[in-house]
Amino acid sequence: MLKKFIDNSRAKSPWIMHFDCGSCNGCDIEVLACLTPMYDVERFGVVNVGNPKHADVLLVTGTVNPRNAKVLRNIYDQMPDPKGVIAIGACGLSGGIFRECYNVLGGIDKVIPVDIYVPGCPAKPEAIIDGVVAALAKFEGLKG
Amino acid sequence: METLILMILGIVVAPVLGGLVSGIDRRVTARLQSRFGPPILQPFYDVAKLFGKVKVINNFWQVFCAWVYLIAAALSVGLLFAQSDLLLIFFVQAIGAVFLVMGGLASPSPFSQIGAQRELIQVLTYEPLIILVFASIFMVTGSFRIDEILNYDQPLLAKLPLMFIVLGYALTIKLRKSPFDFSTSHHAHQEIVKGVLTDYSGPYLGIIEIAHWYETIFILGICALFWHTSLVGVVVLLATTYFAEILIDNTMARMTWRWMLKYVWSVGLAMSFVNLIWLHAG
Repeated sequence: MLKKFIDNSRAKSPWIMHFDCGSCNGCDIEVLACLTPMYDVERFGVVNVGNPKHADVLLVTGTVNPRNAKVLRNIYDQMPDPKGVIAIGACGLSGGIFRECYNVLGGIDKVIPVDIYVPGCPAKPEAIIDGVVAALAKFEGLKG
Repeated sequence: METLILMILGIVVAPVLGGLVSGIDRRVTARLQSRFGPPILQPFYDVAKLFGKVKVINNFWQVFCAWVYLIAAALSVGLLFAQSDLLLIFFVQAIGAVFLVMGGLASPSPFSQIGAQRELIQVLTYEPLIILVFASIFMVTGSFRIDEILNYDQPLLAKLPLMFIVLGYALTIKLRKSPFDFSTSHHAHQEIVKGVLTDYSGPYLGIIEIAHWYETIFILGICALFWHTSLVGVVVLLATTYFAEILIDNTMARMTWRWMLKYVWSVGLAMSFVNLIWLHAG
C-alpha cells in the first residue's frame, strides 16, 4: 500500500527544473509563464526548483553546442532517478533554424535521452503543461 | 505511563498536523497570489515522492545529521506533548537545529556551506529570544514544567503580550518565512539555490521535511501555551498567528542576515525588557 501511495505521489508532485541550453528566451519566458496565476501549474503539484538534485523533470530549451553539452550532461547526471526530460521548442527538438550552423550539434536528444518533445517556436504554455502531463505518464508507467 | 502515551501520541500526530498546516499554508499563499494552489495534501505527496527516489549522498555525515535532526525534532515535540520541562525541550530542539547546520557544512558545495553559515546565524538569532520567552513564562507561573504552567488560572497572553510578539519573530525565522528566509527558502530560486538543503536529496530531503513539520508544531505548541485556559482561545490564537505569518511572508522581501541580527535582537530584547519591567512593576 505504501508503495502504491509513493507511486501515486510521483505523478502528483513533479518538481521541474528548467535549463536554458542557448535558447533565444522565447521558450524560457513561456516556461515561466506556466507558473503565473494565468496557468498556475502548482495546482498539479509542479514546483519550479533551481537544484537538479531536487528535480524530477528537466525542461530543456534551445540548441546544444559542444560547450553547453557538457553542462547539460552534468545537470542530467545530477538528477536522482526516476527522472524525465522534456525538450521544448523547435531548437530543443532538432536545432531549429540553427540546425546547419557549424557550432550546433542539433537537438537535445543528441546529448541526453529525451522522453517528451514539445514543438513550437516558441512553444505555447498550454503545450508545455501538456508535455509535463505526458511525462508523468512515464512515472505512472513505473507502477508495479 | 500516561506520560509515555502522551509522548508517543505527540510523535505520531505532530507530523500529520504539521503536513496539514504546511498544505493549508501553500493553499492560502496561492489564494493571496490569486492562484488556485495545490491540494491540501500536497506536502504528503511531495514527501512520499521523495522517499521513492534513488538515494544520492555525499558522505556519511550528511545522512547521520539528517537523522539526528529528525530524531531531535520528534523528541522535542514528544516532550512537549508529555508536558515536560521547557528548558529540556529547548535543549533537545537546539541539538536538532545544530545538526542541520553540521549536515550542511559536511557537504563541499559552496551553496550548502553559505546556507549552513546563514542557518547558524538564524539559530543564533532566535535561540536567545526563545530562552527569554521561557524565562518570562517562569516569572509569571513560577515553573518551567508545562504541567504546572497549564494549572495557571489565566491566559499568559494577558501578562506577556509583548513576549508573544517576540515568540512570533522566532516562529517566522523557524518557519523560514520572508523576510528571514535566507538560509533556505520554500519558494523556488534563491541566490544560493536551496541554501543549506542544496545537497540533500531524495529520502534525506524527505526526512528533513518531516523534521520541519515537527518544528512547526513545536513552535505552534509553545504559542498555544499563551492561551492554555480555553480550547477556542488556542485555536483562534494559532489560526491568527499563522495567518499573520503567511501575510508577512507574502508582503515582505528577503532581507540580509545583518539586518536580521540587528533588527530582531534590538526589537526583541527591547520588547522583552519592557514586558519584564511591566510584569515586575505590576
